[in-house]
Amino acid sequence: MDLGLFSQYVMNGLMLGMMYALVAVGFTLFFGVLDVINFSHGDVLMVGSFTGLATYLGLDALGVVWPAFQVTAVLAAATLAMALLGAVIARYLVLPLKSAPALNTLLITLMLGTVLREGIRMFYPEGANPKPFPALLPTDAYPLGNFNLRIDNLLMLSAGLVVIVGVHLLINRTKLGLAIRAVAQDEETAKTMGINFNLVVLVTFAIGSALAAFAGIMNGLYYNETNFGIGLLLGVIGFSSAIIGGLGNIYGAIIGGFLFAALQTVGAVALPFASAYKDVFAFGVVILIMAWRPTGLISEKVSERV
Amino acid sequence: MTTTRKAQLVVFAAALTLGLASAMAEAKEKVKVGFIGPLSGGTSSNGLGGRNSADLAVTLRNADPNAKYEYELMVLDDECKPDKGVQAATKMAADKDVVAAATHYCSAVAIATVDVYNRFGLPVVVWGAVLPDITYGNDYKEVHRVNGTMINQNETAAKFMTGLGYKTWAVIHDTTDYGKGHNKYFSQFVTENGGKILGTFGVTADQQDFTAELTKIKSLKPEVIYFGGLTPIGVRVRAQMEKLGLDAQFEGTSGIVSDTFIEGAAGLAEGVVAFREGAPTEKLPGGKYFTEQYSKKGYAEPAEAYGAFAFAAMNLILDTIEAQGPNRKKVRAALNGVQGHDSIVGEISFDDHGQNTVALITKYVIQDGKWTLWEDSEYASGMRKLKGQ
Repeated sequence: MDLGLFSQYVMNGLMLGMMYALVAVGFTLFFGVLDVINFSHGDVLMVGSFTGLATYLGLDALGVVWPAFQVTAVLAAATLAMALLGAVIARYLVLPLKSAPALNTLLITLMLGTVLREGIRMFYPEGANPKPFPALLPTDAYPLGNFNLRIDNLLMLSAGLVVIVGVHLLINRTKLGLAIRAVAQDEETAKTMGINFNLVVLVTFAIGSALAAFAGIMNGLYYNETNFGIGLLLGVIGFSSAIIGGLGNIYGAIIGGFLFAALQTVGAVALPFASAYKDVFAFGVVILIMAWRPTGLISEKVSERV
Repeated sequence: MTTTRKAQLVVFAAALTLGLASAMAEAKEKVKVGFIGPLSGGTSSNGLGGRNSADLAVTLRNADPNAKYEYELMVLDDECKPDKGVQAATKMAADKDVVAAATHYCSAVAIATVDVYNRFGLPVVVWGAVLPDITYGNDYKEVHRVNGTMINQNETAAKFMTGLGYKTWAVIHDTTDYGKGHNKYFSQFVTENGGKILGTFGVTADQQDFTAELTKIKSLKPEVIYFGGLTPIGVRVRAQMEKLGLDAQFEGTSGIVSDTFIEGAAGLAEGVVAFREGAPTEKLPGGKYFTEQYSKKGYAEPAEAYGAFAFAAMNLILDTIEAQGPNRKKVRAALNGVQGHDSIVGEISFDDHGQNTVALITKYVIQDGKWTLWEDSEYASGMRKLKGQ
C-alpha cells in the first residue's frame, strides 16, 4: 500500500473518529453526572443536523449567501437549539426519574429517540427522503498521489479538535467544570458544598447535546446529505465508543471513538471478504474488548459494570 | 343495559338507512383493488408516482359509463423494507374484499411478499421490481409482472458498455436481493463480453460512509464503477467518489433512474449512465395518452419512471375483473392466460411464470440535469464524452 493510499485511509478514519468521539463524549458526560444512559442522544444529533439544514434554507430564502456567515449561523442555531433540547430532556424526563431504577431512564430516552426520529420523518417537509446538505466550506482539493487532500476535511478536523480541547479546558480549568467533576464524584458531598445539583445536570446535558449537534452538522457537511435515520447508528456507535473507552471518562470516550473508526476502516480494507461486514467486525472487536476489560480501556477510579 | 341496547338499535337503523341510501345512489357493485409501493423513505418518489398512476387507472375506469363495477383503491406503504412489505401484503391479502393488487417497486420487498400472496390466494401484478426470482424463483400462480427483469437489463448494459470500449469495472452493490442480483447478472454478462471486474464490494442498504470502499477502489483504478442499488446510497456513492478525487465513469441500474437521484447528486449527476426495462413514458405506445391524463388530474408528484407500468398493471387488473367478475380465483386464472393484451406499455404476454415476455431495455445518460435517452444525447453524437473516453 503506497503512502497516498494509506494517508487517505487515515483521513477517512479520522473524520469518522472525530464524529464518533463527539457523540461518545456526550454519553460519557451524562453518565458521569447522573449515572444514566441517554439513548435519545443519537437522535438529538439528527435533530441538530436538521436544525442546521433548516437554518441554511431559511438564510437562503432571505438571500444571505455569504458562506462564512452561513456556517456560523448554521452551527450556532443547531448547537444552541440542541443545548436547549438537552436541558429540557434532563429537566423533564431524566431528573424526575432520578430515584427510579436506571432501566426506566434508559427506556424513556429510547422512546424519546423514536419520537424525535419519527417526528422529523413525518413533520419535516418530505422528511422521509434523504436531504441534500449544502457544502458550506471551501471544497478545494489537492490530489497527492492517491490521497485527495480536501480543505473542508481539514477545517472540520481542526474545528472538532478545538471543540474537544474546549471541553477539556471547560471540565478541568473552570469553576463549572469543577462543579461537574464534583457532582460526578459524589453527589451528596457536592450538594453540601453548595453546588446547585440540578443546574449542573442541566448544563451538562446542554453541553453534551450541543456536542451532538456539532457532530450532526459535521456529518452533514462531510457527506453533503442528511436523513432522519443518521442518529440510530451514530448513537449506537457513540455509545459503544464511550463503553470501550470507559463510561464516565472523557478521554476514554475520545479514544473509543477513534478506535471504533479505525476498526471500521481496517474491517473494510484488510478483511478479504465483502466490506459489508465491516460493522460486524468492528462491533465484534468491541465485544472482545468488553470481555477483556469490562470497565473500559480507561476506567474510572470507582468503576461500574455496564 | 336497555339504554345500550336501544343505542345499538338506533345505530343499526341509521347504518341500514345510510346503506340503503348509498345503494340506491350507486347502482354498480363496489369492488376493491389494491396498490402497494414505497410511499415513504428514500425511494418514495417512485412509489408515490406509481400510486398516483394506479389511482389514475381506477379513476378513469370509474368515470367510464361502460364499466360494470365501481372500483375502490386500497393503498398501503411498504417503505421499501421487506418487513413492512410483508405486513402490508398480509393486511391486503387478508382483506377478502380486495380482488387483486398492483404491488411493489422494490425487489427486496417483492421477493419477500410472494409467499404471502400465494398463501392467501391474492392475484398480484408487480409493477416495478426487477429481480428475476420474483416470477422465476417460484411456481406461484398468483404472481405476475408487467415490467422486464434485471437479466435483460444487465445483458444490455454489459454489451453496451463493453461496446463503448470500457474494459475494467469495480462493482458496488447493496446486499439485498436487488443488489446481489444485479451484481450476479452484470458480472456474468460483462465477463462474457470481454470486460474485467477488478473488485466487488457488498454494502448495506442504509450505509452512510463509503470512503473506505471507494479508497480501495481508487487503488484498483477501474475505468467504470458499476453501482447495483437504489437512489439514496447511489447519491452517497457518487458524492463520496468526488470527495476522494475518484475520476471513473459511474454506471447505475434501474434503481437510480429517478429525478431524486439528479436532485441529490446535483452537479455530479452529469454523465451518469443507467439502464431500465421498458421505454421512457413518452416513447411508449400509450405514453402520450397517459401523460395527458396524468397531468389533467394534477397530482402533486410526478409519475416517475415506473408510473406507466403501475398504470398498465392496474388497468390489466381492472380489465380482467371486468371480464371475470370480482372473484380472486377467476381473476388469477385469467391473468395467467394473458396473451397479447394491449396496454400503454405495449403488448403484455405472460409466460408460465407470469412474467411479461416483451423485454424492452432503454439506455439513459444524465445530460443537463435530465435523464436523456442515450440515442438522443450529445454523448452518443460525440458532442460530449463520458469519463475516460
